[in-house]
Amino acid sequence: MNSSVIIFPGSNCDRDMDVALKKFGFKNKMVWHDEIELPKSDLVVLPGGFSYGDYLRCGSIASKSKIIKSIINFAKSGGLVLGICNGFQILIETELLPGTLLRNKYLEFICKNVFVKINNNENNYFKNIKKNTLEFHIAHNEGNYFCSDSQIKEINDNNQIALFYCNENGEINEKYNPNGSSKNIAGIFNKEKNILGMMPHPERMIDAYLSGEDGSIFFENLVNNLKQ
Amino acid sequence: MMISEKIAIDHGLNKEEYKKICDQLKRTPNITELGIFSAMWNEHCSYKSSRLHLKNLPTKGKKVIQGPGENAGVIDIGDDDAIVFKIESHNHPSFIEPYQGAATGVGGIMRDVFTMGARPIANLNSIHFGSPQHKKTKNLLRGVVHGIGGYGNCIGVPTIAGQTSFDESYNGNILVNAMTLGLVKKNKIFYSKAAGLNKPVIYVGSKTGRDGIHGASMASTIFDEKIEEKKPTVQVGDPFTEKLLLEACLELMAGDSIIAIQDMGAAGLTSSSIEMASKGKLGIEINLNKVPCRESKMTPYEIMLSESQERMLIVLENGKENMAKKIFDKWNLDFAVIGKTTNSKKIELYFDDKKVADIPIDTLVENSPMYDRKWKKIKLPKKNKIGKEKFKNLKITNVLNKILSNPNICSKEWIWQQYDHTVMADTILKPGSDAGVVRIHGTNKAVASSVDSSANYCYAHPLTGGKQIVCESWRNLISVGAEPIAITNCLNFGNPEKEDNMGEFVECVQGIGQASKYLNFPVVSGNVSFYNQTKDKGIKPTPSIGGVGLIQDYKKIITMDLKKIDNIVLVIGKTEGHLDQSVFARDILSQKKGPPPEINLFNEKNNGETVLNLIKKNYIKSAHDVSLGGIITAIAKMCIKGKKGINLKKPNYLIQQFEYLFGEDQGRYIIEIEKNNFDKVKEILNKSSVHYDELGIITKKDIIIDSKSKITIDELSASNKTWLTNYMSK
Repeated sequence: MNSSVIIFPGSNCDRDMDVALKKFGFKNKMVWHDEIELPKSDLVVLPGGFSYGDYLRCGSIASKSKIIKSIINFAKSGGLVLGICNGFQILIETELLPGTLLRNKYLEFICKNVFVKINNNENNYFKNIKKNTLEFHIAHNEGNYFCSDSQIKEINDNNQIALFYCNENGEINEKYNPNGSSKNIAGIFNKEKNILGMMPHPERMIDAYLSGEDGSIFFENLVNNLKQ
Repeated sequence: MMISEKIAIDHGLNKEEYKKICDQLKRTPNITELGIFSAMWNEHCSYKSSRLHLKNLPTKGKKVIQGPGENAGVIDIGDDDAIVFKIESHNHPSFIEPYQGAATGVGGIMRDVFTMGARPIANLNSIHFGSPQHKKTKNLLRGVVHGIGGYGNCIGVPTIAGQTSFDESYNGNILVNAMTLGLVKKNKIFYSKAAGLNKPVIYVGSKTGRDGIHGASMASTIFDEKIEEKKPTVQVGDPFTEKLLLEACLELMAGDSIIAIQDMGAAGLTSSSIEMASKGKLGIEINLNKVPCRESKMTPYEIMLSESQERMLIVLENGKENMAKKIFDKWNLDFAVIGKTTNSKKIELYFDDKKVADIPIDTLVENSPMYDRKWKKIKLPKKNKIGKEKFKNLKITNVLNKILSNPNICSKEWIWQQYDHTVMADTILKPGSDAGVVRIHGTNKAVASSVDSSANYCYAHPLTGGKQIVCESWRNLISVGAEPIAITNCLNFGNPEKEDNMGEFVECVQGIGQASKYLNFPVVSGNVSFYNQTKDKGIKPTPSIGGVGLIQDYKKIITMDLKKIDNIVLVIGKTEGHLDQSVFARDILSQKKGPPPEINLFNEKNNGETVLNLIKKNYIKSAHDVSLGGIITAIAKMCIKGKKGINLKKPNYLIQQFEYLFGEDQGRYIIEIEKNNFDKVKEILNKSSVHYDELGIITKKDIIIDSKSKITIDELSASNKTWLTNYMSK
């Protein structure tokens, strides 16, 4: 499987993603934001970080990068696009995903492990994952997902919510909401479910000696689904 | 402008220094030259009060590749890998403007590390605030934490450990010390020594603005009520540009075009250009019209003294300019050839076709003032006799709760949760442990690092305090299974012109030197920050020690959480029950006099090496060093982390219970071992003549102290975790 990780000025999880993808069998290429064409890819990843220093609004300047046009075309033709953290913010700024990401409720950067519940596993990202809840890691300042009531209804009706913040038993409750996101939303899909944006970092959870191993489940499953 | 003695004094120079300048130049300096002298001769850059004493620190060792004198120290960690590290203060700016002060502190130390060719892999910090009740403390703490996070998180370097303390001596002068570790291949280390004539001098990074002019001089003066007026001397950080600069520099460093490189830190273009020329015994010529400026009509004086951040100076091989420029263009950074190396041994500056400065380099560096300041030796205070009646009305569980929620002991999760401590995906041990640990990317090796200070001990007796911090750093590294290699120090003190403060400095440095020599734990880099006081009140002497150690296999690290019910817990090292200067004496008995616990370097080394030996033999399941709050505090933290309890045994010698549990004797560790290994462990301990006590047996959930006192882990955990969060949310 071929993957591409886009590097924007200020990306800082690009290497971590590269390591994770390769560990689980992807042939990964790093793509500079200034390129016009994407290499042949089965998966395109927008990594975490602070593209353009998060100036103006997180993800907004990156969403105007040269490479974005071909990412939009790739996504519209059904290609898999995954945005993690700042990548999620960029996907929102390109309007490939609905809603917006505000500053965390308590106005502080949060770095910690969280549990997320998989809401929809009829897609290439989560199909065949046996666990309902996964332990991932978050590290962000602007992860407070927000959208209008009508949009919430729409993404709900279209089954676009990918992940909810929850406790280790999968209980979804404001208590387990780290950043104030509407409905505890941690990640969402587009209507077609080929684009996924999420705040948690599975690429930091691929070693039992580090933060944990549920990221391994995510990547292993993803590569297997793509092979089928 | 005619330069007079008064203008020189306004620049922070004294009469004799001004006379020395005129004598050396054989004329009156112009304003640009005076600015350069004031920047190079202030305490921060010249180390004029400290140089004499720092010379005595042990700086060499088998694993030391580079000691003090460069941008940072370098140690060998095997397989052609080296670690570059240093700690630096940013105290004065952080008090005036906490966010930017702390942020640029982090930015500055990271630049010191990647200037040497190393990719930063971990950040640490040591931050000290005034009393929690002081009106400024909360805002300063919030601002500093946001600033450290704002910069480090954006760059994408994990903050893996740190230390926070509160003491009223910092009410008017907080301390912010930032430390960075970087990884480099041994044959790809870059230095700041210029070489060769007519080599192009290149300016890269951000444009030069008017921010931070006289920052270094500001850091060398005493604060008064007008300090707020100095806000414009605080630099403004841009971590995004630093991230670009980091990547661009590392890209250029992959080739072989760089002769010397130096970041523009304190005193900006002045100190960077002069240091490179001085080390290479060369001259340097700069055309200031070529310096990229952010604002119009900047004068030579302003350009030379600006402390705008995220800038570097490079001496390049001839003919490599275009290739280098392409890299900086790719990263959208300024690149300008601003001058060349010469054989004049002078710094010569031109502006609008006129020569605006002409100073022999040696007058600025080697011949800069050096003072043998008067200092007062501090006697070891007499021991306090604490009468038995003092303990009578104390309930041990209440005391323990109180100590665990003490601002200097409680959990600092509120702070480190705001720092990205997992980016780069190599963090093995996160903040809240004895030391932070990061894996060397792509290998089984890992480095451990911790930062420590003990202002109360240093204040009570600087010589003992100085030794103690080095020992504590050594213990913290051993507790996670690392072999200690070297240290960096950040020496935060009061006014060196006062005999008391200077005495504190001299004796702390002596103590640091004695311990690091004995433990073979050399000092490879550091920084001195004097004048930490407001009006007449000096801070408590606060040297911060950043230690670095190596772990051969990251899968074998030791953590402090208790692992298994029924395992045996031992205290390594003898407990005499020293209470003077302990948290117990100071906060529970309100007794602030007396000597700090004594340091026995032989025991320290022997105990530490024996614990490492036990770790190597896989006998130790968890470990933690015993420090503030004594045995009971240490074991309580291990219980909280492991969500287990312990049934404590009485020691098998006569000692008062409070003294045993809360005494802060040094050189001690708590270790967990399996029952069936006890005999083998005993044999090793006896053979090495290491004293140990059986502390107890691990149980499900309570700490059972004796037949009368028992406390649940949940209660202790709540005491430990809530103080800071509550304080900050009020």
